[in-house]
Amino acid sequence: MSSSAIDQHVKEPYKYGWSTDIESELAPKGLNEDIIRLISQKKSEPEWMLEWRLKAYRNWLKMTEPTWANVRYPPIDYQAIHYYAAPKKMEGLTSLDEVDPKLLETFEKLGIPLQEQKRLTGVAVDAVFDSVSVATTFKEELKKYGVIFLPISEAIQEHPDLVRKYIGSVVPPNDNFFAALNSAVFTDGSFVYVPKGVKCPLELSTYFRINALATGQFERTLIIADEGSVVSYLEGCSAPMRDENQLHAAVVELVAHEGAQIKYSTIQNWFPGDEEGKGGIYNFVTKRGRCVGANSKISWTQVETGSAITWKYPSCILEGDNSIGEFYSVAVTNNYQQADTGTKMIHIGKNTRSTIVSKGISAGRSQNTYRGEVKIMKGAANARNYSQCDSMLIGDQCGAHTFPYIDVRNPSAIMEHEATTSKVGEDQIFYCLQRGLSEEDAVSLIVNGFCKEVFRELPMEFAVEATRLLAVSLEGSVG
Amino acid sequence: MLEVKNLRAGIEGVEILKGLDLTVKPGEVHAIMGPNGSGKSTFAQVLAGHPAYEVTGGTITFEGKDVLEMAADERARAGMFLAFQYPIAIRGITNAYFLQSAVNAVRKERGLEELDTLDFAETLEKKLELIGWDDSLIHRAVNDGFSGGEKKRNEILQLAVLEPKLAILDETDSGLDIDAVKAVADAVNTLRSADRSFVIVTHYERILNYIAPDHVHVLAGGKIVMSGDMKLALELEAKGYDWITEGAAVAT
Repeated sequence: MSSSAIDQHVKEPYKYGWSTDIESELAPKGLNEDIIRLISQKKSEPEWMLEWRLKAYRNWLKMTEPTWANVRYPPIDYQAIHYYAAPKKMEGLTSLDEVDPKLLETFEKLGIPLQEQKRLTGVAVDAVFDSVSVATTFKEELKKYGVIFLPISEAIQEHPDLVRKYIGSVVPPNDNFFAALNSAVFTDGSFVYVPKGVKCPLELSTYFRINALATGQFERTLIIADEGSVVSYLEGCSAPMRDENQLHAAVVELVAHEGAQIKYSTIQNWFPGDEEGKGGIYNFVTKRGRCVGANSKISWTQVETGSAITWKYPSCILEGDNSIGEFYSVAVTNNYQQADTGTKMIHIGKNTRSTIVSKGISAGRSQNTYRGEVKIMKGAANARNYSQCDSMLIGDQCGAHTFPYIDVRNPSAIMEHEATTSKVGEDQIFYCLQRGLSEEDAVSLIVNGFCKEVFRELPMEFAVEATRLLAVSLEGSVG
Repeated sequence: MLEVKNLRAGIEGVEILKGLDLTVKPGEVHAIMGPNGSGKSTFAQVLAGHPAYEVTGGTITFEGKDVLEMAADERARAGMFLAFQYPIAIRGITNAYFLQSAVNAVRKERGLEELDTLDFAETLEKKLELIGWDDSLIHRAVNDGFSGGEKKRNEILQLAVLEPKLAILDETDSGLDIDAVKAVADAVNTLRSADRSFVIVTHYERILNYIAPDHVHVLAGGKIVMSGDMKLALELEAKGYDWITEGAAVAT
């Protein structure tokens, strides 16, 4: 076995790279107040929502794109993007039978069957195609428990008070450049409300698919867990292979009231660009949760394998006493991918605890950065944080970087930080080969062992998917 | 079983093995001794197919098959096993899971049904009983945080479970105290059989006192310069290597 033999296990092409041939209704390229009015009108939004968007837009105009992340890309032309794309014939549909079969096929091919007889058991799915939600399964069943699970555009119409109360309460519209942009032009995403004391009986899940050319996807997700409730939510994503870069700038807001628990898991598999680094999604996302009430808990788990560039820091603001924030992450980069990802844990309440476990895997010529901040505020007596950042390098042309920021303003805090860097070398692979394992199995074994602490946090149904995804995205990376 | 003829191999353009010959018959135990830098470990790595080493001449056949045409994993599945001098750690993967994967890779190759976790646990238990060891290493991650002695013992455990036809032990005894050497030797003796051969690469005769090899070879300057039986090992222990290597230098 030589390196060239290893190279022959050439990268399996991105499995979700096909596109759906469907007639789309596109807003003209570019961004201005008229486009925002158009989006708002398409979604039949109330006046306050439009005003909220316009305010965000006017703020955005005054902001500049952040440059502090450890990623490089040519300037984005915000006037060359379609801010709204929807399959035609989507308006006025009342049941799934009326949905274009091509759309149902699309999701079925992605492993997300939407038809009643085929849907995944135990998981309610909201399927978002470009700028619109195609279908949401188990809506009625969830209603029996008082759980609201709707596309956010429908929630704005059906539950305006709830949306108005919470939207922007975690990530204000002027929070940062991409959050402001999202607030101005967001099109769809999911809305979840779990009432007091209810343990949501199903996993909730949203699948985001970008299809149209030269289109940005700006989804917005808002999850509210009322007192003592429990909910687990999972998002998945993919996009066709395109030569050009496409922008995905999402905002996710979580609110956990007293004693509530939110578990938010992501399997991100946006098109990462080809072997030469051409194309791929720019994934610039703001995700944040507020543990508003005492004894509440927010847990982020993410498996990031896709996107040309990832810029993402799911964070927890621990306001309530005894509240808990967790962040478990696996970020894989290969070829020319760049990831700058991590978390922020802001401790405000007393006895607040946070755990960060980050696993970065870099292969090819990729750059993988962990950036995390742990802040213990003055009033956060007896706060605790445990951070563990492990990097794994495959090959010798990639990079791993770690930027932990720690800011402690209360002397009773206990902070622990551990970091390791390891290299999957020829020797490690050879050891497995010598025991009879194939090279693919060897890489998969080594990487999965490395990621184990994160995978065990994923809902069971998705842990297997994550393991498989990792094997595919790293195939051929050793040599 | 194993036939090595005029083997030449090296690393990064430097030739280390310069015409090595060795014949191992089924059930035989061969010891290969030699001073540091004589090419012992290179030979072990080349047999197993480490990609960093380049074979520049000669042949290796194993049960009639051209080994040089086989990838490292194919050699392993064909029944060639290397106990590493420096075993590698794999985080997050238990020994049990690792061994199960390896056993199943071999079984798949032979057209046998793969063992599930329960069946495998049973197999493993029997093997531990056979070599008289407890299961303390089984549920820990492969070599992760193992002491030097535990790592070496773990190699022998893998040998026991994978049941190779040819086992190559690369300085398994180095760095072990006398009790550990004895434990390893006892396990090897238990695993000896008429259809399993051993090539034991070592610097010291110590382990050979317990294993009693059929043949002892001295490797120096990349070739076997002397062959004999256990008496040769004892002689080396008494006199060191210098008298042989000097002789070899004269011979070349």
